[in-house]
Amino acid sequence: MDFPKDLKYTKEHEWIKVEGNTATIGITDYAQDSLGDVVYVELPQEGQAVTKHEAFGVVESVKAVSDLYSPVSGSVSEVNDAIIDSPEAINEDPYGDAWMIKVDVSNKAELSDLLSAEDYQKFIEEEK
Amino acid sequence: MKQTTDKGFFMDEPLIFERSSSGKRGVEPCQSDVPDHDALSTIPKAFLRDAGDGLNGFPEASELDVVRHYTRLSQWNFGVDTGFYPLGSCTMKYNPKVNEDAARLSGFTGLHPYQNEATCQGALELMHDLEAYLCEISGMDAITLQPSAGAHGELCGLFMIAAYFKDKGAPRHKIIIPDTAHGTNPASSALAGFKVVPIKSGANGLLAPEAVKAVMDTDTAALMLTNPNTIGLFERNIKEIARIVHAKGGLIYCDGANMNALMGLARLSDMGVDCVQLNLHKTFSTPHGGGGPGSGPVGVVKKLEPFLPVPRIRKKGKRFTLVNEGDRPKTIGRMKAFYGNFSIMVRAYAYIRRLGAEGLRRAATTAILNANYMRESLKGDFELAYDTPCMHEAVFSDKLLSGSGVATMDIAKRLIDYGFHPPTVYFPLVVHGAIMIEPTETESLETLDAFISAMRSIAVEAKTAPELLKNAPSNTRVSRVDETKAAREPVLRWRA
Repeated sequence: MDFPKDLKYTKEHEWIKVEGNTATIGITDYAQDSLGDVVYVELPQEGQAVTKHEAFGVVESVKAVSDLYSPVSGSVSEVNDAIIDSPEAINEDPYGDAWMIKVDVSNKAELSDLLSAEDYQKFIEEEK
Repeated sequence: MKQTTDKGFFMDEPLIFERSSSGKRGVEPCQSDVPDHDALSTIPKAFLRDAGDGLNGFPEASELDVVRHYTRLSQWNFGVDTGFYPLGSCTMKYNPKVNEDAARLSGFTGLHPYQNEATCQGALELMHDLEAYLCEISGMDAITLQPSAGAHGELCGLFMIAAYFKDKGAPRHKIIIPDTAHGTNPASSALAGFKVVPIKSGANGLLAPEAVKAVMDTDTAALMLTNPNTIGLFERNIKEIARIVHAKGGLIYCDGANMNALMGLARLSDMGVDCVQLNLHKTFSTPHGGGGPGSGPVGVVKKLEPFLPVPRIRKKGKRFTLVNEGDRPKTIGRMKAFYGNFSIMVRAYAYIRRLGAEGLRRAATTAILNANYMRESLKGDFELAYDTPCMHEAVFSDKLLSGSGVATMDIAKRLIDYGFHPPTVYFPLVVHGAIMIEPTETESLETLDAFISAMRSIAVEAKTAPELLKNAPSNTRVSRVDETKAAREPVLRWRA
């Protein structure tokens, strides 16, 4: 299982990549593997506000429906509409093609408690 | 006793539309002696199919075509009457035929919901007495029989809880729900306008009082929990948890889906529960699955009683009357047209009367015994999620499968080849690759042993011949369907 070092992670199994003031958000390899085949994804609209720790969307697999939690607060600047039509991308390329939303971060201080790749890996080992 | 799926005589069956041929009729109505009236002229054109050709598109078939069609479809079905159905958290117990006898009494089947009260005293008495029995079993002070299923009951309970706080002049907005909850709990809470506060259960599978204490506040209307929970464990801290919630003015809602483990053994009122829905289609042996219909009566303690839906049944002397909004100003109103799923109430009533207090208690203890027999027998071959005695259901994880390439779903599909309905899988969510087995009290030792033997064979196959599991079921009319493709590209019409 893959956990790129240049990303940050949450205990709800989202990844986040911050470049300047923009954060790109998706779900982790572990999340897609646990969910199984993803069949449906619901994402917010551009311009919508997201809040740290609160749901911004929904991902549904053949096994379960899960909320997607935002690792940061801010407003949605871009939505990856392509994965709505082909949710299988979430299983195939969770860190690449299947990014979900980009957010204009409103408070960079919120980034401080995100997990490193190493800490996240440790966390899921414990979860198992 | 060897149980396998039949292999012979898998007759194919087209859709009833494909069986249609123009002009075929099942019945020839006799000559009408009522003056002709053009019914079509009374229906607005917009609602008419193909400008008045009312039969266009409907199948035309003979009586025998129709009988064969539906008989064959019914034979492809799997139900409690055809085999073991250990679907966890669903209590797929046998539905005794005496219930059906009672429900078919002409006095019940001939009832009309608009009938005058004076002419349906027996039906009202049955509902009144069923309410009393369910109160006694749950320990609640009053019950409504209206909700038509478990989740509908949850919604009804949550509406009453919201109304209770609104009536006090201090509306509350949050409901605390543990991560072992049935998915309906947060859904019902959200539908009733509450914000859901999720909390984690402890490492032992139980909810810890400290976890509740950490989030309980004066904006929290209720804590919603299932007891026994969905791991099949009794929430031992329930009294302490109830004390914490009550101290902040909150209420305890119990999802009564797992009441089969407690019936006649413990009363929810003694645990501090304020509101509970009872699933008659689970605990009280009314039909379940295949559309039910279900029934989810809701019991409440005294302080919630004014908010119960109308109509209520009142007994005055020997007469029963229906009480409506006028006499019950605080009611949340109606939850369902008329009086709920009445014929289901008749079945539950028959079940309770047939078993009596002692019988209900024995049903619960036998359900617990059967689940523990399953748990002990299979724990060498499958990893137990929590290695402690369980209540009515046993939950295994997929830990022993890791690295084999075989997943929980493959085990479930393989069980079909052995002639069993698969148990609940991938639920509860807190258990990785969960396999949740609820045998219920109505299965014999022989059936339990046959299932255990099948599970053990499958555990061996997972190691020696995993492709048998990956390709399962192969012993059925239709082999494994592509559930992912069906969900991603649903085809909802029988022809383009």
